[in-house]
Amino acid sequence: MSAQAVASVHAQRPLAESPGRQFWRVFKRDRLAMAGLVVLALLLGIALAGKALTAWVPAFDPATVRLVDKLRPPLSPVSNLVAPAERPLGSIYVLGTDDLGRDVAARMLQGASVSLLIGFVAVGIAMTIGVLLGGLAGYYGGVRLGVVTVDTLIMRFTDVMLCFPTFFLILTVVALLPPSIYNIMIVIGVTSWMGAARFVRAEFLSLRSQDFVVAAQALGLPEWRIIFRHMLPNAMSPLLVSATISVADAILTESALSFLGFGVQPPFATWGNVLADGKDYIFDAPWLFFIPGFAILAVVLAFNLAGEGLREALNPKLRSR
Amino acid sequence: MGTYLLRNLLQRLVLLFIVSVIAHAVVHLAPGEPSEVDPSNPRMKPEDVAKIRAAFHLDKPLYAQYGYWMRDLFTGELKSFKDSQPVLPKIGRRFLNSLPLFIGATLIVWTLSFPVGIRAALHRGSGYDRSTTFVAYALISIPGFFLSYLAILGVVGFFGVPVIGMRTFGIQDATPVYQIMDRFWHLAIPSLMSALGGIAVLSRYVRSQMLEVMGQDYVRTARAKGLDEDTVIYRHALRNALLPFITMFGFMLPALIGGSVIFEQIFAWPGLGRLGYEAILSRDFPVILTINFIAAALTLAGTFLSDVLYAVADPRIRLE
Repeated sequence: MSAQAVASVHAQRPLAESPGRQFWRVFKRDRLAMAGLVVLALLLGIALAGKALTAWVPAFDPATVRLVDKLRPPLSPVSNLVAPAERPLGSIYVLGTDDLGRDVAARMLQGASVSLLIGFVAVGIAMTIGVLLGGLAGYYGGVRLGVVTVDTLIMRFTDVMLCFPTFFLILTVVALLPPSIYNIMIVIGVTSWMGAARFVRAEFLSLRSQDFVVAAQALGLPEWRIIFRHMLPNAMSPLLVSATISVADAILTESALSFLGFGVQPPFATWGNVLADGKDYIFDAPWLFFIPGFAILAVVLAFNLAGEGLREALNPKLRSR
Repeated sequence: MGTYLLRNLLQRLVLLFIVSVIAHAVVHLAPGEPSEVDPSNPRMKPEDVAKIRAAFHLDKPLYAQYGYWMRDLFTGELKSFKDSQPVLPKIGRRFLNSLPLFIGATLIVWTLSFPVGIRAALHRGSGYDRSTTFVAYALISIPGFFLSYLAILGVVGFFGVPVIGMRTFGIQDATPVYQIMDRFWHLAIPSLMSALGGIAVLSRYVRSQMLEVMGQDYVRTARAKGLDEDTVIYRHALRNALLPFITMFGFMLPALIGGSVIFEQIFAWPGLGRLGYEAILSRDFPVILTINFIAAALTLAGTFLSDVLYAVADPRIRLE
């Protein structure tokens, strides 16, 4: 069959398209989402490269202090007084230096992986808790424990968590705990699972009565298998969308914490604390403020746009159009 | 209806109790006590630390401390650890300062989101729709303090008005009009900044809600009857699209209070969020816990109110 014939068969029978291909076709049409995806792919590359470069290549060491070269604007050359071993690549500060003469480009490179890691781990924790609690409430909701049902118990607990002003709670806990990057990830994760729990429960409630689940139950499959192999994959698409958007929120929360002085502590650089440090030099060294600011904007925007594109592309109602 | 309201109210009181227990446990179980704020001070002898702990009841078991907190809170006896000032009047004053900010932000959110969202829905896929979508995402993607600094630079640079704090110092002799305008200028930027995230979220939600309603049969019927487009949109479609927003009201409150920590810090606004931040820094447990308690109570009251309003606005819903 020639390629043209294959194409015409596909045109006549759009239903024969595999779900993955269909998803991709819808996703590709959304130009903003595609732009977001490209930025994210770039960011992932930068974060991985940055992790390797800042750890192993001395020219990219973000902790090198060069007091002769402090607050140099972007693209300025290195002064002669800096030892050859401490010079950045090409002897040029591509993004300038900060108040201690540290290379902003190197700090941004290191920060990319730390910021992403915070986002991913925090969201991983939130989604795990959300799936566990939402799944329990959705599947075993009717089971009674004494006077209350499992569903009441879990959902009321979710309501309790929704009553807290989240940022205030995060700030309280982060301020009381010893400052560490892991505490920040855990605290952000533990305080942001409520949305996921709510819609996993809703999905599970509607999936439970569907034929394939009833059939699996009739076949006598163990319950964990029904939950994890049959129901969870079907509840995956809203989870994926919510996870993408939550990563964006976690990165923003980290930068807000950094602004208040409770973010990731030195020597780790994150985009949030580079920005927070940069605000003190907004007039003398504006690049210290604008470079991380716009970098965060671009990345968070990319996560949000890609998440929205996912939502559209995974929504079966919109696919046929 | 009466029994429903009563039961709902009771449920919320139970929720509030659980919220307060969890908050109390989190704050007290986290390492770091008010008596340890200055551990390196050589003048602090172990007996002094013990005295401080006894004065704040920190040597008692957790449930007893919770009991003391609740007792003092409801008798109005609660004192701040930091300066022994009564907590409730302290919070009350700061809350009154924050109130204009909350009201300003809420007004901006609700008056801007609807026109923007409706217009985007009616012209779906147009340049206007696409650009507002993009701007909405940009607004929720930008770190709040970054944008605020840019706004401060812009306003101070272009208009030459000071925007930090609640008012300009030393203008008591100016005319009342000038003073009022000064207050408005100081209020405008912080409330706009706290509103931006809300505008982005709500206008997107208005848009999708309008799109949903515009596809309904009763809208088609209204058009088929030959009603003019304005009547169809504003009387038939919009009124139905408005319903879910009643519930949004209660849920936007915790975000507003939580967000005020950042914005009040940036704009040096002596409000509730800033008080909370200062209390966290000095481990002033009664103040932290009470602010949290008040925020939770306000949220529960807000969602309760929106439940009731929902039933009033939508005759299809019966509270039973």
